[in-house]
Amino acid sequence: MKIDPAQVEEVARELYVRALKILPPDIKRGFARLDATETDATAKKVLGTMITNIRVAEETENLLCQDTGIPIYNVTIGRGVEIAGTELRDAIRRGCERATREHPLRSSVVHPITRRNEHTSCGAGVPPIHVDFCDEERLVIEMIPKGSGSENNSWLKMAVPADGVNAIKTFVIDCVLEAGGKTCPPTIVGVGIGGTSDLCMALAKRAATRPLGTSCADPEGAALEASLTEAVNGLGVGPQGLGGDSTAFAVHVEIAATHITMNPVAVNMQCHSARRASASFTRAGVEYGF
Amino acid sequence: MTHHVLHMPVSEAQARALKVDDTVTIEGALFGIRDANQIALFDKGRTTRFDMRGHAAIHTAPNVRKIPPSSEHPTGYAPICVGTTTSARMERFTRPLMEKLGVRILIGKGGLGAGSLAAFAELGGAYLAIIGGTAALETTWIEAIEDVDLDDLNPESLWKFRVRGFGPLLVAMDSHGGSLYDAVDRKARGRRANTLARLGVK
Ligand code: SF4
Repeated sequence: MKIDPAQVEEVARELYVRALKILPPDIKRGFARLDATETDATAKKVLGTMITNIRVAEETENLLCQDTGIPIYNVTIGRGVEIAGTELRDAIRRGCERATREHPLRSSVVHPITRRNEHTSCGAGVPPIHVDFCDEERLVIEMIPKGSGSENNSWLKMAVPADGVNAIKTFVIDCVLEAGGKTCPPTIVGVGIGGTSDLCMALAKRAATRPLGTSCADPEGAALEASLTEAVNGLGVGPQGLGGDSTAFAVHVEIAATHITMNPVAVNMQCHSARRASASFTRAGVEYGF
Repeated sequence: MTHHVLHMPVSEAQARALKVDDTVTIEGALFGIRDANQIALFDKGRTTRFDMRGHAAIHTAPNVRKIPPSSEHPTGYAPICVGTTTSARMERFTRPLMEKLGVRILIGKGGLGAGSLAAFAELGGAYLAIIGGTAALETTWIEAIEDVDLDDLNPESLWKFRVRGFGPLLVAMDSHGGSLYDAVDRKARGRRANTLARLGVK
């Protein structure tokens, strides 16, 4: 299956705008669930405002949140997909630039030292493009605008084996306390466990951006997800840190094997504006989803 | 719990009348501040031609569209999406904003710290919480971008919006030492030991 770079560019452009405007159905269901169970009056009002905002964004075809985030593209390349890697990469970048210019969107990306904004949402190494593979004959591009309020709440701890899983649990609870309202709760708390330091952080990001209702493939990880979700929501941080039961939609865990001397744990959070959009290229054409 | 409709600018007495848990709607002018413009004003010695005395400032950097200037859009900028950013990053600018520029009210999300709370008490000000991440809704409260300064920092320019029915916002920090964030934080940290025990952490 040959892929036309011009079409990838178009899709990369469209995905950025779609992601910013339409919240995925699993997140909307997450809101409905929290709204039904929240017991705090202020928290209920805050959740109500967030739910109204989702509707207003769709009705006015506006962005859900002003923060256009750091654009992230996750690419899954299937069997028999034909496109040069460099062409794919450049097409995604062009699409991201075009979305910024043509919509227009606020470019939230600057040089880290000069703080210069090129007004393209692009820069050195940005957008990050992550590549994975699958067996089917398809190309999938997922786009995630990662807001800074949640991204600024990222932590890594290289704990030691002697501290065991207790170190992981304590770390997650302390990160949620530290984040308070700064990360726009209710959040998806992404927890990476194991790997190297960089892999651990990447796992946390993958966990934070995984659809609600999915669980960790590893049963140990899945069990931790359940107990940590309950624990985090017992803290009372609440939506926007103003108190309540709805601190997190869920805690998600992703794991990787690690070294005999290591016990790394990372936390990355996704805010309530848990935006995602994806497109799948098959022989039948391009189909948009979440 | 009182609801206040504030036509900007306001007096010190009006700012001091705001109490935690009250709600506020802002009418008239609203200034947009951000990391870069406050670094420019308070670290790099730049100045603004805006008179911000008695006014409210919101932690923001909007999405705008450049268009030909008109009576509706005098600056040549139309608002697309105006939201709110995390206030905590700009904690150290609360005092100079109030002392040097006379700002009375800050609007943001996630709350500010002890330094800001002290400044509100000493100088007469308050922090109003908006619901972060609800920018589509917030944008419907913005009538126009009335003026812009320090525009070389775009999108982190110093913005002047004209707003109508901007709210309801929640008074989350006041001039009487009250902070909803401190109260929630204390309570949540108080639950830490029990939470960990239930997770089996000894
Ligand atoms: S943390 Fe998320 S919801 Fe909050 S302002 Fe940033 S992008 Fe928007």
